[in-house]
Amino acid sequence: MQPRIARMNQVGRARWEHFDHGADVGVRGIAPTMAGAFVQAALALTAVVTDPRRVRPLEVVEIRCEAPDGELLLVQWLNAVITEMAIRRLLFGSFEVQIDGHQLVARASGEPANLRLHEPAVEIKGATCTALAVRRTNEGWLAQTVVDV
Amino acid sequence: MDLSGWTERSPGVWELPATGVMQVPGIVYASRGLMAAMDDKVAEQMRNVAAMPGIVGASYAMPDAHWGYGFPIGGVAAFDADAGGVVSAGGVGFDISCGVRCLLTGLRREQLMPLRERLADALAARIPAGVGSTGHLRLNAAAMDAMLAGGARWAVGEGFGDEADLERIEEHGQMPQARPGCVSEQAKRRQREEMGTLGSGNHYLEVQEVDAVLDADAAGAFGLASGDIVVMIHCGSRGLGHQIGSEFLVRMAAQAPRFGLVLPDRELACAPIHSDLGQEYLGAMRAAINCALANRQILTHLVRDVFDELLPGARLPLLYDVSHNTCKLEDHVVDGQRRRLYVHRKGATRAFGPGHPELPAALRAAGQPVLIGGSMGTASYVLAGTVQSQSRAFASACHGAGRAMSRNEALRRWKGRQVVDDLAAQGILVRSPSLRGVAEEAPGAYKDVGAVVDAAQATGLARQVARLAPLICIKG
Repeated sequence: MQPRIARMNQVGRARWEHFDHGADVGVRGIAPTMAGAFVQAALALTAVVTDPRRVRPLEVVEIRCEAPDGELLLVQWLNAVITEMAIRRLLFGSFEVQIDGHQLVARASGEPANLRLHEPAVEIKGATCTALAVRRTNEGWLAQTVVDV
Repeated sequence: MDLSGWTERSPGVWELPATGVMQVPGIVYASRGLMAAMDDKVAEQMRNVAAMPGIVGASYAMPDAHWGYGFPIGGVAAFDADAGGVVSAGGVGFDISCGVRCLLTGLRREQLMPLRERLADALAARIPAGVGSTGHLRLNAAAMDAMLAGGARWAVGEGFGDEADLERIEEHGQMPQARPGCVSEQAKRRQREEMGTLGSGNHYLEVQEVDAVLDADAAGAFGLASGDIVVMIHCGSRGLGHQIGSEFLVRMAAQAPRFGLVLPDRELACAPIHSDLGQEYLGAMRAAINCALANRQILTHLVRDVFDELLPGARLPLLYDVSHNTCKLEDHVVDGQRRRLYVHRKGATRAFGPGHPELPAALRAAGQPVLIGGSMGTASYVLAGTVQSQSRAFASACHGAGRAMSRNEALRRWKGRQVVDDLAAQGILVRSPSLRGVAEEAPGAYKDVGAVVDAAQATGLARQVARLAPLICIKG
């Protein structure tokens, strides 16, 4: 699966990208740390809906989750973001993530979804376990999975 | 798809013999062209499903099968609980009971056309659609549980539609043995403001014209004649179903070792049907089916209100309502023996044949309506279950065209405004809050639905009854 869209952020090596999965979208984060890769994967998630750079940090939501291993932690993390987006009708443009073992604490910043400002494309139903991977690579940490839209 | 290893047992029936850990063969119903165009991942996923505990018969795929999550989309598999069979959250999918319903209008094209622009605008104004949209209904905790237990029957009791609608819905509008208590508070919170909403992505509401009758007898039984106007609604269990799918997928994946399950793909996460986790999932999944049925019932009520305002006197009886992403306990004859099986349909439609006792009396002679959705610019179809359906993939048929390319690829190829303008030039009015969403759903991003329904008919999964052409499309 080749990356189809990639964005660099200010951290330099940290970046997110999308990869193709038939009907849906793969989200991939790459960063020097596992937590950084989770941040980038969440930005890739937002980018399925809108350009994360268009989302202002007007509200902050704290997210906590845990899982038996790193891969399922990524799924839990993305699902927690999706749930908060859905329940609060928010879009998130930035994330701070701390991971201790297989426990994650995060702050997600964003604002209410606005048709005119964000032109949201599609709702995200959930994070799947398809093409799921959390591992070290030559570039740092990689965190990826496919999300159902 | 690489066809080596596959054998065409009869025209359009392709078999992958059981080898290695496969307990049953894989069988695809498709033309050679559709087979060749399928992703190799379909075969890989069918092999994995064929290795799951307690599977019966075969691991099936419909003509519109494509790479899914664990199961292929367009996949069908049945499990015997007493033979160690499992239930799989991935095998049902995230959009539990996503489905299609078709409303007759009793109107003819010439009656609709003068009002078409006004009708499109009124439907777009009345039907909540797109990211962040909310419904007009707010459910408290007791009402939420009543809805999850009652489905469309609950909705009719609340004034959304008629008692007569219920016999035209699978399970008569109420999935039995739903357990609202197995649905998490997060799932219920996610649904609280989403009752009566269409959603986004491939979900839509279309006003369509019957542009070809392909089986006059069945079309007559279904109330369809050339030039008739119908309304088709495609959506599912909204946020509640998505949340249940997400939560149980992770729980099943995490607990797989406890059940001694070795998963070749974590997306195949499952639990023994007789386990507490399996029973919890079934209870929650059935509640999500009821949520989808109630949601489509409320949308039906909104559509009827709009038609009543613009076309007073128009009645919109329900032709039928089918669900695509389910696991249902059904009786099927396997090798001459009647068995109770848990049939997973992931992107597949149940297609009971003529005479089936589940069908309402008015439809029983013709077989179950099978509603095949289109893609804004292309036709939709009404099919019917056949006598052969019962012995093909546990009475299952296809559900749609399936995407031909990714959303990102569609975005590179099309602009939403251009798609809307091009479709308007073809006589199709599109109303959507998201032009980017329209570009991602451009008709060219989908496969040829005609080839899919041709294969369904050629292989006996279902027979074609009528082709429907879009006139108005409300997209999320």
